[in-house]
Amino acid sequence: MEELLSVKYDVVSGDFIRGGEASSNLKKLLNQLGVRSDIVKRICVACYEAEMNIVIHSVGGYIEAKIYNDKIEITAYDYGPGIPNIELAMQEGYSTASDVAREMGFGGGMGLPNIKRSSDEFYIKSEVGKFTEIKIIIYFN
Amino acid sequence: MKVKDIVDALNLKVLAGGDGLDREVKGVYTCDLLSWVMSHGKQNNAWITVQIHPNIIAVATLLEFSCVIIPENIEVEEATLNKANDEKIPVLQSNLNAYEICIELNKLGV
Repeated sequence: MEELLSVKYDVVSGDFIRGGEASSNLKKLLNQLGVRSDIVKRICVACYEAEMNIVIHSVGGYIEAKIYNDKIEITAYDYGPGIPNIELAMQEGYSTASDVAREMGFGGGMGLPNIKRSSDEFYIKSEVGKFTEIKIIIYFN
Repeated sequence: MKVKDIVDALNLKVLAGGDGLDREVKGVYTCDLLSWVMSHGKQNNAWITVQIHPNIIAVATLLEFSCVIIPENIEVEEATLNKANDEKIPVLQSNLNAYEICIELNKLGV
């Protein structure tokens, strides 16, 4: 399937002010492309959660979205510290967020489950001290 | 019902996002856990939250909320208000608590 366009946004660790901008920009783009609104919402939920995970938990990273005729592929990549136990991290309610992040309404342990629930395909891999990579695929139909 | 109707009826203070007062309001959502809001909030909801940091505007924009209502006269961070102005999301302040705001909105038929 031919790739229509690709965008990449840097995501800065601890930047709660700009956190969410990558998702907002992607949303505007998808609306311009005429993607159905319920699909856009699912993409927004998945992308926002992935973006905020990078802001809250990592040393920084990026969100890359590749848009095809029939689907979007989002990669959320960060440069560490990595997730020691992915199975545990995927459990709803489990979180390692700081107290500060929790006071701001984050850290409910819902991020990764929300991403998985919003996605048609969801892949996660991580290596402690190196990286975490999440791949999300959502179809337009 | 429009945001400005709620502002008038509940005597809310418009802190920012005055350009969005003509937005349509359909339903109310109140929650402070952002992931929960992301997965359950609906388009055109009026969102009541005690969170005051700029990321609430990202959530409100992504979900296309009609407005954000801050209860109990909580002061809102300036960066949040700037972002709300950019995105035309009204941020409204009330002296009532979240429960009382819900009651008043219910009386209005929202």
